[in-house]
Amino acid sequence: MKSSLSSIVAAAVCSGVLGSACAADRAPEVVRGEYLARIGDCVSCHTARGGRPFAGGFALETGFGALYTPNITPDLETGIGKWTADDFWVAMHEGKSKDGTLLYPAFPYTNYTKVSREDSDAIFAYLKSLQPVRQRNREHALRFPYNQRKLLIGWRALYFSPGEYKPDWKQPPEWNRGAYLVQGLGHCDACHTSRNFLGATNTEEGMAGGLLPVSSWYAPSLSANRESGLGEWDIKDLMSLLKTGVSSRGAVFGPMAAVVQNSLQYLTDADIRAIAVYLKSPGPDDNGDNRQLAAMLASGAKIYDTHCKSCHGSNGEGAPPVYPPLANNQSILMSSVTNPVRMVLNGGFPPGTEASPRPYGMPPFSHLLTDQEVAAVVTYVRQSWGNRGAAVPVWEATKARGLPTD
Amino acid sequence: MFVPRPGSLSWVLMFVAGVCQMSAAQAEPPDVPDTLEQRIIPCTVCHGKHGEGIEKPGYYFPRIGAKPAGYLFRQLVNFREKRRQYVEMNYIVAYLPDAYLREMAEHFANQRPALPEPTVPRISKQALERAEALITKGDTAKGIPACTACHGKALTGMQPAMPGLVGLPAYYVSAQLGAWRNGVRHANEPDCMGKVASRLSDDEVAWLGVWLAWQRASADAAPAPARKTKLPLDCGDLK
Repeated sequence: MKSSLSSIVAAAVCSGVLGSACAADRAPEVVRGEYLARIGDCVSCHTARGGRPFAGGFALETGFGALYTPNITPDLETGIGKWTADDFWVAMHEGKSKDGTLLYPAFPYTNYTKVSREDSDAIFAYLKSLQPVRQRNREHALRFPYNQRKLLIGWRALYFSPGEYKPDWKQPPEWNRGAYLVQGLGHCDACHTSRNFLGATNTEEGMAGGLLPVSSWYAPSLSANRESGLGEWDIKDLMSLLKTGVSSRGAVFGPMAAVVQNSLQYLTDADIRAIAVYLKSPGPDDNGDNRQLAAMLASGAKIYDTHCKSCHGSNGEGAPPVYPPLANNQSILMSSVTNPVRMVLNGGFPPGTEASPRPYGMPPFSHLLTDQEVAAVVTYVRQSWGNRGAAVPVWEATKARGLPTD
Repeated sequence: MFVPRPGSLSWVLMFVAGVCQMSAAQAEPPDVPDTLEQRIIPCTVCHGKHGEGIEKPGYYFPRIGAKPAGYLFRQLVNFREKRRQYVEMNYIVAYLPDAYLREMAEHFANQRPALPEPTVPRISKQALERAEALITKGDTAKGIPACTACHGKALTGMQPAMPGLVGLPAYYVSAQLGAWRNGVRHANEPDCMGKVASRLSDDEVAWLGVWLAWQRASADAAPAPARKTKLPLDCGDLK
């Protein structure tokens, strides 16, 4: 089994396009490292369009500004030539650079922390085997205050706990292999889960889908029976989609096309199957859409009590004309949810006019509520006190953040 | 407080005024307090009830309490007219008249929030000395007046329109000076702070923030009274 696996890996490596030498005498660890680096899709982010592979300089656009990926070729001056396997492990496992600098989580160390030491060492051995490329790292172009690295201390306290993947012994080895790949190197939730206002993934909801920052592609749900409905997919179709980019159920496109091209097509059938098996297994939200909606409404009700009730009343009656009613309010009930979502995010004052020179206002909540919470509270308002509006998808909140306001 | 005597004309007038108000505006329901505090909840949710400022991972809303009303009013107008750039502020004050903004400014100017604890500097001794020299003496050769000349000896600001510089995180002060240097932040012409910032080096901008964040000011951080003599530079925001 093991030998057949490594021959498949070697075949994949030799047909690769990364320009690394395809020598039969490469150390087995280097060959394994190349395969693992494929699964992590390191090359996609660490290569500028038209640039040398792994030499960095790719602009990763986020809602906070652009991050320029670093050079991870073994160049002594500009790359990671002076790094040791220990340094690399600390970066992967703890999200810290060789000099102790806290790394921005655009480098998905919240996922890579799950990678085993053995696999981390193999990837490092592979990177060290590459041709060094002399290319200086470019400064990030993040907006204030996100360019303050010290804020990462707080971010990490909230959203990061280092730890290798722990197998679930109640599940078969294939499922655990899939979970290890999906949660770790594959970092699927980096796109397939929505993010909060600080760019952290909302892990508690599983991979229920997410809107990509800036490019605004929607990465569909990978949970077992919502939206994209992976639960209904035949495992052969899912494997075919991941491995070849096409299947009898559909094809991949957009950013996922890059993932299949640079990463998934090189995976062994066994690993592809493990991923598919894991994705199709029941997740946290698989008790159906009603359960999901009920949870959303419960969360929305709590948020309403905390932030909205004091002005808009227990029954959405408001205090007109000072605070508008939310029950039977057209701007709450119309099919587009843009305006209520934006009101929650940005707040605002009505205009000062001759008759109303000192208007009361609504505070912005963009810094206090996550996209989930915004969607939940607007859904609650749209479905309470006789209101009959559709639930608000989380991506509506994601999309509305940071838009120009005039 | 003014309390009319029973039976006086004032009682009658108040009664009539009350009735007129009710019929004209169909009444503000009694449970919404007719106070400025209630009206400006949008300000205090971010800047704190007394304008003390709020710092959390991911955001910082600056301390505005105890800054002179003239300064705060100018900033609100500068945000409204986009001489200062911050989307949320530009938006929230976009349609508010001067009189209301002035009332808000006076409200926060009258607050006396406690100052945050000073931050221990992590820059060299030389850098701290340079910052202190700029702040207390300025640099005549480069045309930089001492910060204390306009912002008060204790750097808690000066009436009628010079902001306090203490009680702010180093990165916030540096970012404001940087924004002036890069032409992102403006005041009315002649833009005196724009001139000062353009004469500072990048290092000095960073050091000044650190030095200021390290100071412990008086408990209430009240601004100094207005200067009788002419200020070292001509400032459009004072007119």
